[in-house]
Amino acid sequence: MTPKRAAVGLAALAALLALALVFSVRFGAVALDARAILRALGGEGDPSTVAIVQGLRLPRAVQAALVGAALAASGAAFQALLRNPLADPYILGVSGGAAVGAVGAVVLGWSGADVWVTPLAAFVGALVAIALVLRIAVIVGHALDTRILLLAGVVVGAFFNACILLVLTFADVESFRSAIFWMMGSLSSATWTRALLLSAYLVPALILLLGMARALNLLAIGEETAAYLGTSVERTKLVAYAAASLLAAAAVAVSGVIGFVGLITPHVVRLIWGNDYRFLIPAATLLGATFLLLADALARTVAAPTELPVGVVTAFVGVPFFVWLLRRRGA
Amino acid sequence: MITWRCRNLTFRYPEAAAYAVDGVSLEVPHGACTAVLGPNGSGKSTLLRLLLGVLQPLGGEVAFRDRPVRAWTRDAVAREVGVVPQGEEIVFPLSVRELVAMGRYPHLGPWRREGPRDVDAIVEAMTRCDVTPLADRPIATLSGGERQLARIARALAQQPGALALDEPTVALDMRHEMAIFELLRDLGRRGVTILLVTHNLNLAARYADQLVLLDGGRVAAYGTPGDVLNRELVEAVYRWPVRMLHHPGPGPDEGVPQVVPLGGRP
Repeated sequence: MTPKRAAVGLAALAALLALALVFSVRFGAVALDARAILRALGGEGDPSTVAIVQGLRLPRAVQAALVGAALAASGAAFQALLRNPLADPYILGVSGGAAVGAVGAVVLGWSGADVWVTPLAAFVGALVAIALVLRIAVIVGHALDTRILLLAGVVVGAFFNACILLVLTFADVESFRSAIFWMMGSLSSATWTRALLLSAYLVPALILLLGMARALNLLAIGEETAAYLGTSVERTKLVAYAAASLLAAAAVAVSGVIGFVGLITPHVVRLIWGNDYRFLIPAATLLGATFLLLADALARTVAAPTELPVGVVTAFVGVPFFVWLLRRRGA
Repeated sequence: MITWRCRNLTFRYPEAAAYAVDGVSLEVPHGACTAVLGPNGSGKSTLLRLLLGVLQPLGGEVAFRDRPVRAWTRDAVAREVGVVPQGEEIVFPLSVRELVAMGRYPHLGPWRREGPRDVDAIVEAMTRCDVTPLADRPIATLSGGERQLARIARALAQQPGALALDEPTVALDMRHEMAIFELLRDLGRRGVTILLVTHNLNLAARYADQLVLLDGGRVAAYGTPGDVLNRELVEAVYRWPVRMLHHPGPGPDEGVPQVVPLGGRP
């Protein structure tokens, strides 16, 4: 891909994200026009409009974009590491592991003490999940067999779901609500603090992955080839697995488990622009942000005043996409 | 000058009963073509990986350019040695040009963009391997022979002083197989050291300066094609009756020993 084509592609995706952001802030239980939003951003106009825009819609939109970005980058990295187009933090059970970590932190009362603790607990859960998936795949057969990896992911995901259900059984009403939240995924409790927290994890992890983009290109071909072309394979894998798990964990810690964003968006980028990770990581990040913004806007408005869990919307798009991918690969 | 030198090299895979490589000592001289031969499971690929430093030996040592191979970083090796390993399964969309361009990665590091010198190296490598017309084709749509040429072009784009290939012509038709061996001879004339693992005794005899015949992880014979390819030795290693002929010519290979396996149950 030429630098010019890459620049045009990224500019188009950034413009799309900006449009989605405006769209998402405009539509909701109360539809607002663009002028009113602009004035509200400046703190002018109807006080209730200002409150809706500044206190509700905007932080929610920003958080949706950041969560989508984190999940897409995470999925792209897992796909290269596992040489598997069907890999994604949700399907691999990594999101489930992160949810258990987060729920654990909430139930043990750590999360109240320090808002930074929940993502760290989620990170530990995510690492346990990916380690378990790889371990099971190695025990059963070859670590990189698509079907075995997916089965291992399903099994580990089911196990972590059971863990959350177990916690639910003994939990009080408040924990019950929060457990449901972790399992279904929601952006309804978005705040500026959470968005800030997420970007503190997102930005360094993205820079790490971008620095490893060439190594990820090589790992997507094969570990032996990557070594012969100058990659320190074990070190790169360790850092990339950690970065991808961290991204998924941070997303889950603020918004619960939202599936399929990390599966769909890297593939859409690949279909249009190819597989060069130097472009694919930033492009999938922008597209993931756009996708989740739109999915959340739909979830808020389609059955208003009832709000759908956003994971329902992403699954309704993601499952047919997954089946299509599976058929195309003949896996 | 010696490119690779190893002494008393031993290696065993975890949980394997026998040694895959068992006391191998050899030298791969600079600017020559060395072919490693032997039956399936005789340790050819393992020996190659040990020489390239991606496997660590249990005993013995490997020196690359007179320095222990483990003292080299992976990207320093990659600037000196182009490798064409066996089977790569490419599951994501990738064009021939993109694949060949990866040969420049060791010279670029994580952030630097390709410059004019890199583009020149990519173009030259594709020209030499005759894959320029395929530049924009996805790898998945190529035939086995075309794919192999593209992978060799990737190794050449590294502008390496040495080239290591693991069974580069397996499952290829005669035309592609000959094209690859002629390419290797051409590279050898330009001073590139070639280390080749192959099952094709007759082409190895014609195109290699030195043969290493492995049997059960040990060196059964080591020397010029005339020394290594004699009837008793080949029959003993492959456990099959053969007759020895000489290449009838015309051409540069006239008189080189050629192995003909006999028919009928031994």
